[in-house]
Amino acid sequence: MTTTTVSSPKEFSKALWKIWTWIKKIPPVYPVFFIIFITLGILNPTKYQSMNGIMTFLRTASPLAVIAIGEMLVLASGGFDLSVGAIVTLVVLVSSKLLANDPANAYPAILTMLGIGSLIGLGNGLVVSYLKVPSFIATLGMMLLVRGGALYYVGGAPQGYLTDNWRAFGRNYIENIPLFGRVPNALIILIVIAVFSYIIFNRTNFGKQILAIGDNVRASQLSGVRVRLVRVITFIICSILAIIGGVMIGGYGGVNVTIGEGLEMQAIAAGVVGGVLLSGGKGSVPNAIFGAFTLQAIVNLLNLLGLPKPYTDAVQGLIIIGAVAYVGLTSQRKK
Amino acid sequence: MTAATATENRYRRILHSIHIPPVYFFLILVFFAGGSLDQILADGQIFSNPAIMLNIVVRSVALGIIAVGQSLVIIGASIDLSVAYTISITAVMSSYIMQGDTANVPMAIVSVFAIGAAIGLVNGVTITKFKVNPFIATLGTSLIIKGIINATFSNYTGSVPKSFEFFGYGTIGSLPVSIIILLIIVAAGWFLLARTKFGAHLYGVGGNAEVARLSGVRTDRVLIGAHVICSMTAVLAGLFLVSQMRSGAPWVGPNGVYDLNSIATTVIGGIALSGGKGGVWSTLGGVLIFGVLETVFNQLGVNPYLKTVLQGIIIVLAVASYTIRSKKEAA
Amino acid sequence: MADEIDDIKPKSAEVVQPTVEVQHISKRFPGVVALDDVSLQFFPGEIHAVVGENGAGKSTLMKILSGAYTPDSGTIYLSGEKVSFSHPKEAQMKGVSIIYQEFNLLPERTVAHNIFLGREPSTLGTLDTRKLNKQAVEVLKEIGVEKMISPTAFVSSLSVAEQQLVEIAKAISFKAKVLIMDEPTAALTYTEVNLLNDLVSRLKQKGMSIIFISHRLKEVFDIAEKITVLKDGKFIKTVNKKDVVPADVVYLMVGRTLDHYFPPLGKPEDFGEVVLKVKNASNQILSDISFELRRGEVLGIAGLQGSGRTELAQSLFGVVPFKSGTLELHGKAIAVKSPFKAIKNKMGFVTEDRKSEGIAPRQPIRDNMLLTVRAVRALFGMISKDGIGKSRKLVPMLGKQVDIRTDSFDREAQYLSGGNQQKVVLAKWLASDANVFIFDEPTRGIDVESKASIHDMIRALTKKGTAVLMISSELPEIIGMSDRVIVMSERRIAGELPAKTSEQEIMLMAIGHAKSTNPGLTTSVGEV
Repeated sequence: MTTTTVSSPKEFSKALWKIWTWIKKIPPVYPVFFIIFITLGILNPTKYQSMNGIMTFLRTASPLAVIAIGEMLVLASGGFDLSVGAIVTLVVLVSSKLLANDPANAYPAILTMLGIGSLIGLGNGLVVSYLKVPSFIATLGMMLLVRGGALYYVGGAPQGYLTDNWRAFGRNYIENIPLFGRVPNALIILIVIAVFSYIIFNRTNFGKQILAIGDNVRASQLSGVRVRLVRVITFIICSILAIIGGVMIGGYGGVNVTIGEGLEMQAIAAGVVGGVLLSGGKGSVPNAIFGAFTLQAIVNLLNLLGLPKPYTDAVQGLIIIGAVAYVGLTSQRKK
Repeated sequence: MTAATATENRYRRILHSIHIPPVYFFLILVFFAGGSLDQILADGQIFSNPAIMLNIVVRSVALGIIAVGQSLVIIGASIDLSVAYTISITAVMSSYIMQGDTANVPMAIVSVFAIGAAIGLVNGVTITKFKVNPFIATLGTSLIIKGIINATFSNYTGSVPKSFEFFGYGTIGSLPVSIIILLIIVAAGWFLLARTKFGAHLYGVGGNAEVARLSGVRTDRVLIGAHVICSMTAVLAGLFLVSQMRSGAPWVGPNGVYDLNSIATTVIGGIALSGGKGGVWSTLGGVLIFGVLETVFNQLGVNPYLKTVLQGIIIVLAVASYTIRSKKEAA
Repeated sequence: MADEIDDIKPKSAEVVQPTVEVQHISKRFPGVVALDDVSLQFFPGEIHAVVGENGAGKSTLMKILSGAYTPDSGTIYLSGEKVSFSHPKEAQMKGVSIIYQEFNLLPERTVAHNIFLGREPSTLGTLDTRKLNKQAVEVLKEIGVEKMISPTAFVSSLSVAEQQLVEIAKAISFKAKVLIMDEPTAALTYTEVNLLNDLVSRLKQKGMSIIFISHRLKEVFDIAEKITVLKDGKFIKTVNKKDVVPADVVYLMVGRTLDHYFPPLGKPEDFGEVVLKVKNASNQILSDISFELRRGEVLGIAGLQGSGRTELAQSLFGVVPFKSGTLELHGKAIAVKSPFKAIKNKMGFVTEDRKSEGIAPRQPIRDNMLLTVRAVRALFGMISKDGIGKSRKLVPMLGKQVDIRTDSFDREAQYLSGGNQQKVVLAKWLASDANVFIFDEPTRGIDVESKASIHDMIRALTKKGTAVLMISSELPEIIGMSDRVIVMSERRIAGELPAKTSEQEIMLMAIGHAKSTNPGLTTSVGEV
């Protein structure tokens, strides 16, 4: 008879140590998310302990996750995209006018928005790559441009309502799924995007070049990386994902002038909470997604605890600074 | 050498040492271009009405005061994106404390400067001790301030007593007080940078922090100091604005896009975002350019939303006009 | 042979106290012992070189002396007094000044501000600019350069040599008794080196103790009086320069004789057709460049600092493209407008500064090695987990070829030692399968043994039919490796020399223009 189990205390502690090193490698965002979510479950069991409630949560959190993925790609390339919030505002306001309250216009409207999104990303990419303007400033400028443009186009107030079929992407569920009950469209969209993004980021030459640029631009350039091309495409992807996120947010939230405000910081926060290095060269699609989930969970928790909305903004600012400081300080120690 | 040529040489030397920053030539260009547009498309007041010209400068006071502070911070290779909300909180808090009563003015002023100093301190410490990227740190701070403001105030609050309006509207002789104060601040900024140890050290910290550190410069303290000064200039600008508006509202800061504009005018003036060089007189030139543009937009009756669009474009182009010459790839 | 080199015998009559003495200094870093029980003495009025391979401990020792590091054990004595520094400024105040290879200067500030940064004369915080400039002139006078350098000049407007003088002035302003210099002649031209030597002699007369680190034995033997050899963190020996020849020092450094420094040159039958033909190429920096490169040969590019060698490499590789003229690769006229295009045309460029220009530090070694291959393939082409497509073996194979020491190729590149990082860069270019290679200072900062293996690798490349362009500042390397030599001067090609030419001929061609404008140089050239 052969013993397959650990046969001595020495081997036992060796195994434990192996498990411990494996545990240490888990990015902090996952345990943090689960702790917060469990807290939510304790405080409000009907909502957070039921499959229904969890799906509702995921419907709200998915748009931010989609946007966070795009932002993460830009962060990994060493830049920032602060125009994503304004893009969401753009989507909601402009669509309200484009739809002209007619459901038939829904898909053309979405396609138009995707086209505009690509142009915005192109603009960001070109300004950073060819005019050499730091991305922080370039995208802040773009934010002004986009927000002002959106408000100008609708004359300061939404010009109609968002039709049901347009809102379906962000609002509706697919019913009667075994085990899960109802699954939000938003989650499906997130999953599809997540899979695509993971493949592009981890399994293509493009993704590796994003990381190289974020890590050492000069070395990348000299190694033949087409820095400008990669950068422009990255910004375009980010803007397109922001458009998709905007459609999802407009879906469940309806139309509203202040929608999208502060979203760029949330997206960056999601990335940082997920452990993305702000100076570029590191990134992870699942981490960004769970960073977004964590942020949403924190917002929900604060609401549950009765904190008025403006304070949640303040807390977000604290979280961003805290997360960045944490990542910065811990990575310094590693050196 | 005769006495005449000796004095000639002295004048020549002085003239050479007063070196006019290139941005002023650009300013003249913009002024004439904008004025011509105004002439053609509107009622041509820019060229004909001296009050408008004066107004250009008065319009520039708030931005100008902040731009001085921002210049200091940028020379230190940092940046401050929290100035807009610092203005807001100043406007609201000072107006709230004053409640239209002159007796409360000193208390209000002291309080808001204390708040400003605290904001600058938080920015500086977060950047130096916690090693957070300055963009993120100051943006985070601004979010926190925004949250606090929005949670407590939602509209115009309190009011400013008539006596305080001297700041915004008063004149000494025919020159508005505001312009005098602006000039004083710019001069103070110049003095700080060119003639004090702090200034010399700030250039060091911005040029190469490691070299400065090795030379014994207390880099953290210097940078924190720069951030505190910057926040305090934002407070001063806030007080100026509220004295003009007579009551403080939360949207004062962000509406004027003071954060991005102060950065853009600093860069147009020729101060590099990478730090370590530049002076404040050129920043003033950049500020005046923005003042002219603002006036031209008003004269031409440009839609406020379009104005935002144009602002975004102008800011980016302003920064681009300098960065485009750099050989390194941006990020 | 080492036993025949005498140890320094103490001077019989006077007992001169050393300016600096270290006893039993040890220092370790995670995973490596940098210094192991080193004891040394440095005397006033003495020019003392410290040599050794990479990792021998020279930099660590200097950093300890100058207060940048604290030793784990051991003591430091300055003029007999026991000292310990917790900050470089403390060492500076006590008279120990160090000048690093990358100067610690602020380019956008004036000379005076740079010298007195942190110590500016002031009253109540207000600068006394007049006094500042006056003090600066005093210091510049002490080293005799007050006519050359103005206190109000901006450092960015000074040449490299002048900047070094400012650094030295800075040291003097601290009343330095010990001046430590790290590779002082690395960035200087031939004439500037002579000026530096004069200055160093003058400082020596003043009683200063001068210590310098160098990899260039030629300079060591030109300037130093005493040579100390470190190896693997241990003190080996201190010798008088006049008692030894370079071969002896090398023996002490590596522990064996290296008689074949260079692999044999190519023979005429090794050289094939012209693969690279450049004609009248110019851009904003270079003028009228024309030359040919043949298959299987090593073409050495020599010239003084600033003559345009690196710029030539950058222009060929598309970093700063040529604006006019023609470039023919394998007979086909091409325009290389970017590194991407260069690599697609099977060119490779191993840059001078490998760390900042060759490695993406936070990426795994594997990804670093495959970066170039991936950059030129389809943008959205798929990769497998271990490498390109099915060739999972590529990475370990490359690693073996360049002899990288690592336990895993998934580690981030930043955790490798400097030497191993350089090997990763080489592996990256080998992977790209280029047939025209440009090497810019391939063995700069590399220890003697690794130098030899890199030279062997370069020659092996040519045996396989690759054409190599090799830029080097080390004349022995140029002469030892080149089948032909092109000499650059003042951003042009000054001329071409055959294999086995002499240093003198290269130098003469390199300073060709300068010679005609400055008659004073003729004498120093004659001394070569």
